[in-house]
Amino acid sequence: MEKKESFKEYKDRLDTALENDFLRTAMDNFAVAYRTSRVTAFLEMDVDAVIKEVAAIKADAVKNNDRLLSRFISKAKENGITVHLADTAEDANRIISQIAEQTRSKKIVKSKSMTAEEIHLNQWLENKGLEVTETDLGEWIVQLRKEGPSHMVMPAIHLSRHQVAELFSDVTKKHQDSEIENLVKVARRQLREKYIQADMGITGANYAIAETGTLGIVTNEGNARLVSTLPKVHVALVGIDKLVPSIKDALSINRILPRNATGQAITSYVTWITGPSECKTAPEEKRQMHIVFLDNGRKKIAQDPVFAQVLQCVRCGACANVCPVYRMVGGHRMGYIYIGAIGLITTYFFHGSQNAKHLVQNCTNCGACKAVCAGGIDLPRLIKEIHSKIQDELGHPLKSLLLGKMLKNRKLFHRLLRTASLAQKPMTGGTPYLRHLPMIFSKDHNFRILPAITDKPFRDRFESLCSPVKKPTCRIAIFSGCVQDFVYPEHLEAAMELFHGAGVQVEFPMDQSCCGLPALMMGEKQAAVDVGLSNIKAFKNLDVDYIVTLCASCASHLKNHVPDLVENYAAKEAAQFSEKIMVLSQFINKVMGINHIKNTADAAKTAFHSPCHLCRGLGIRTDPKTVIAHSGHDYVKTDEEETCCGFGGSFSVNFPGVSKEILTRKLDDVEKSGATLLVTECPGCVMQLEGGALKQNRNFKVKHLSQILQPSRPSST
Amino acid sequence: MNKEKLISKFKEKASLVAAIVHEVPGITEALKKTVELCLEKDLCENLMPTTQTPGNLKIIAAPNLEPEVYDALQLLCKKNGITLIKEDVRHHPGGIEMGVTVMDFGIAETGTLVLNSDSEETRLSTMLCETHVAILKTSDIRETALIMSEELNEMVKKPSSYTAFITGASRTADIERVLAIGVHGPLALHILLTGD
Repeated sequence: MEKKESFKEYKDRLDTALENDFLRTAMDNFAVAYRTSRVTAFLEMDVDAVIKEVAAIKADAVKNNDRLLSRFISKAKENGITVHLADTAEDANRIISQIAEQTRSKKIVKSKSMTAEEIHLNQWLENKGLEVTETDLGEWIVQLRKEGPSHMVMPAIHLSRHQVAELFSDVTKKHQDSEIENLVKVARRQLREKYIQADMGITGANYAIAETGTLGIVTNEGNARLVSTLPKVHVALVGIDKLVPSIKDALSINRILPRNATGQAITSYVTWITGPSECKTAPEEKRQMHIVFLDNGRKKIAQDPVFAQVLQCVRCGACANVCPVYRMVGGHRMGYIYIGAIGLITTYFFHGSQNAKHLVQNCTNCGACKAVCAGGIDLPRLIKEIHSKIQDELGHPLKSLLLGKMLKNRKLFHRLLRTASLAQKPMTGGTPYLRHLPMIFSKDHNFRILPAITDKPFRDRFESLCSPVKKPTCRIAIFSGCVQDFVYPEHLEAAMELFHGAGVQVEFPMDQSCCGLPALMMGEKQAAVDVGLSNIKAFKNLDVDYIVTLCASCASHLKNHVPDLVENYAAKEAAQFSEKIMVLSQFINKVMGINHIKNTADAAKTAFHSPCHLCRGLGIRTDPKTVIAHSGHDYVKTDEEETCCGFGGSFSVNFPGVSKEILTRKLDDVEKSGATLLVTECPGCVMQLEGGALKQNRNFKVKHLSQILQPSRPSST
Repeated sequence: MNKEKLISKFKEKASLVAAIVHEVPGITEALKKTVELCLEKDLCENLMPTTQTPGNLKIIAAPNLEPEVYDALQLLCKKNGITLIKEDVRHHPGGIEMGVTVMDFGIAETGTLVLNSDSEETRLSTMLCETHVAILKTSDIRETALIMSEELNEMVKKPSSYTAFITGASRTADIERVLAIGVHGPLALHILLTGD
């Protein structure tokens, strides 16, 4: 089953998708529409509380899976259902084809089941000479096209009505008009016959209620009802992760699943099946009903302390709906069978590292998926864990290995940066930018103008910028991060002026190094652990109240991930360290005092790009905007304020084509707002946005927040 | 939530999914309305012309009505040239004009109807018809699914329990995310709210 696709081939597929105008428009419209409809769907409830509740229900169910399974089985048997347990995909396929054989079923109708896709059930049954017809409209379309679904709940979202009309014309051997209502009618006619002729119906289930032995199926079209009512045999294929204890739990999932999936309060049909119902064509007028419970690695996942939460997924597909990469390239390039963020993770478990190894890198780590996940899964973190795991298994690529090794050795790393600063001279032509890219980059990377490495990093400037403060109002240490230390020291210099004006005593421990996020992004977990530990050590004995950084990515990594990474080595120190981390806007608002910011006479219409690691990573949304407003600039809200800029560190290097398109979409949105200034609070975002704005000759400037702020009174020293 | 509010919430939410709600005093008026709706309706499209002989008469399937209610409807149908059936719904796979069912519950929060039934006839009558007429007593409306979990529990304890939560007509947005009604099941849903 495993195919070996090279990274280049994978990227070519991405590029083809990027050139597909219909797909691009369809995905973009969907992303925009989904955002609004989800908000509307949850208007009457506290969405975070509902997510918490569902996550807890699922987490508990994963823990008690064995008990729930045996409870369900005994109930189901009582109710007259035959239950089968399948350890592997092959077992499940075999069991189902045997049921077909025993019941002399030749024709099968199916309602949509991702689990059946997972085990390639159709292929298996067709190889046994059985006729299988998908009855969900989208699923039927992709079946006819011999494709897989490109979204968990909207399988044919990548296709236009014209493509469907062409397909249906072929199927019916008659020209079909591309009007959607007509196409739906074609399906209604064609599939009705299939239901009537079918000997066996196969469904999945969205949940299995242990207490009552009930399967729940959530659909809009009503096809699952026909599939489980007309044929004389009903087989339900159910992953063991679908078990929940009670009806109440099932109702909680009902509340969130359709709202999160498509922004519907509820789907047209929710079907609960607790036993074999009447079937007038079956012996004794009772349908034969089978449930095949599938393990296929789930039990092992359930026992894994890190990955158990994967099974909290309710398969709503929301992680794809909000993913900036999915929005650009669609589902067939964002999953193997399972799509979206969850697909990047489960592909590894269900379909192997060969199928997962490229996919898992196609993540900007923006955290949009985590913010909407109905099961409360920390998707971005698990994607990184999988990335690291795959590299441990298949071998670390040279470039990530080198990066890991280099980051672990701060002195070597910084020496390299200084050497690079000299080596780039022929490329800068005396400007602060690289006028052409060094040979190691390909042409694809030329979508933004990259800044040059400074000839004097912040660490070399610090001493001259720092003079002792009499009676300091507060003591802080700066965590510079590599980019601001070596590329944008001016961001930190601007901040130093603010600190001085406010009487803040500043320290800069020289042993600090990269925060470790780039290593994690490249799948070098051990290197991330090592630099995490050395940073903790570098700040350990300082007498400071806060550690302030101007980089949202560093802040979120240091606060949220470092404690987890070094848990087994320095848990207590890490907690003390991460507690002190603050980003600039937060520090100004909460500690330093906003009155130390001068009201500018030179106000500009200012859009804000909220870095992913700021708004979602740290939950900071108002601080930067309060600061902008106080500085005298006119803040203007943009539709995509919280959408990723496409930087993602190594992401933009690995996937320049996708990165460029995400960036362009972002810049379009800013331009639409009429802003003349775009401000953000992360040097990575500045690099991406400024580089893109320059390259594309956009009519607005890009600045770091610190650069638009001036102290209300000059330095006190 | 008081009864009036409950009813209006139910109506509001059901209308959001394009269900058409009619309030009628009692079952007699509900039957009258049913026949009226059937007469207004076009003949249904025969989806399987090779299997099902096209008839000139409109068909209503009403398998789960109480015998005396069924008889009353039969009388009305005869008067209006409509065929009323309660069996062999399966033998009309090409489609029938109308399925009429009495529902167990309504859920105001989402405008949902609940129908629990082991009977193939009852279930098929809600699936193979072009118009589904659902009769619901206002006293059977509950505020949320969550607060009726005990009632649902009792429901699924019945042997061979098959419970449908129906909200609006059969729909799909699988082609270009454009909403289209009636992909497999009914093209329209009428809800007749009756007093007790």
